[in-house]
Amino acid sequence: MSETGQQHPLTVYIWIWILLFVLSSFSYMVDYYNLQGYLRWSLILIFMLLKAGFIVAIFMHMKWERLALLGAIILPTAFLLILVGMMTLEADYTFLARDVFFVEQDGLLEGGNHHH
Amino acid sequence: MANDTLTGNLQNFAEDWAADREAFKVPWGKAMMWIFLLSDTFIFTCFLTSYMTVRMTTTVPWPFASEVFALTVFGVSVPLLLIAIMTFILITSSGTMALAVNYGYRQDRKKTMLLMVATAILGASFVGMQAFEWTKLIVDEGIRPWGNPMGASQFGAVFFMVTGFHGFHVSCGVIYLLVVAIKVYKGHYEKKGYAIVEITGLYWHFVDLVWVFIFAFFYLW
Repeated sequence: MSETGQQHPLTVYIWIWILLFVLSSFSYMVDYYNLQGYLRWSLILIFMLLKAGFIVAIFMHMKWERLALLGAIILPTAFLLILVGMMTLEADYTFLARDVFFVEQDGLLEGGNHHH
Repeated sequence: MANDTLTGNLQNFAEDWAADREAFKVPWGKAMMWIFLLSDTFIFTCFLTSYMTVRMTTTVPWPFASEVFALTVFGVSVPLLLIAIMTFILITSSGTMALAVNYGYRQDRKKTMLLMVATAILGASFVGMQAFEWTKLIVDEGIRPWGNPMGASQFGAVFFMVTGFHGFHVSCGVIYLLVVAIKVYKGHYEKKGYAIVEITGLYWHFVDLVWVFIFAFFYLW
């Protein structure tokens, strides 16, 4: 397979192509019908991950690559979730600090949880 | 492909990484493209994570993307219309690229070249729409990297940085596609083989992949 490269039937690509169109329409519908809250966020994430997964697995041929290449690319990418997690904690703290100090001084908001 | 079971895969994995030998059994250009794309993944993740951070920390409301990016068509305001069209254009171009890779390995030079040129044209129209969007935002809506009339001032900084860097990738991709398409048509790869089309395709699909995340997190969230 490494000699000739990745060759697969055209129908595979065409089906995935159609699927990507459908999934994109679904994610657009989330906004068009103005869904809100956890329903909105979970649908956005589901459609996003499905689209990303099909692009990487089929269009970029990851499904057919050996584990050595897959691991070298996917594993470091997965570690990025740690960065996202750490920045979430940091952002929560920053927001809390701003809410307590800045907003109170400016008198823009009232009724926050203020512990002095 | 002889042993497709989990233990077989793990055995292959151990053997591929063991001792002083070639780890990736793909053309070197393809391995290098994947490693470049990995580094690009880190850059875009840093951008999107910093976007997440400024959006979570601001005490001022974040502008409502659905309204900011709405277009008025025949007097009706349609949310995110231009962005939706741009999304569909990029997916269409991913499809034509996938077909180009397929025809490349069949050594059908003319079809490969035509499909790659089609991909490049779709990419260029994406950049054109982005230029229209930027103009509308800067001139009509008064959005600047340091502030805007709708809410949190970080909105502009994030918007211009993330979509600008992505647009730059698309522009580079258009040039890359055209160069390879011409070389394919001229028969430069008859001896070397057509892995180059697959490698170019990897870059192009990656650009589409990044847009999937930008669309979800910046425009829809």
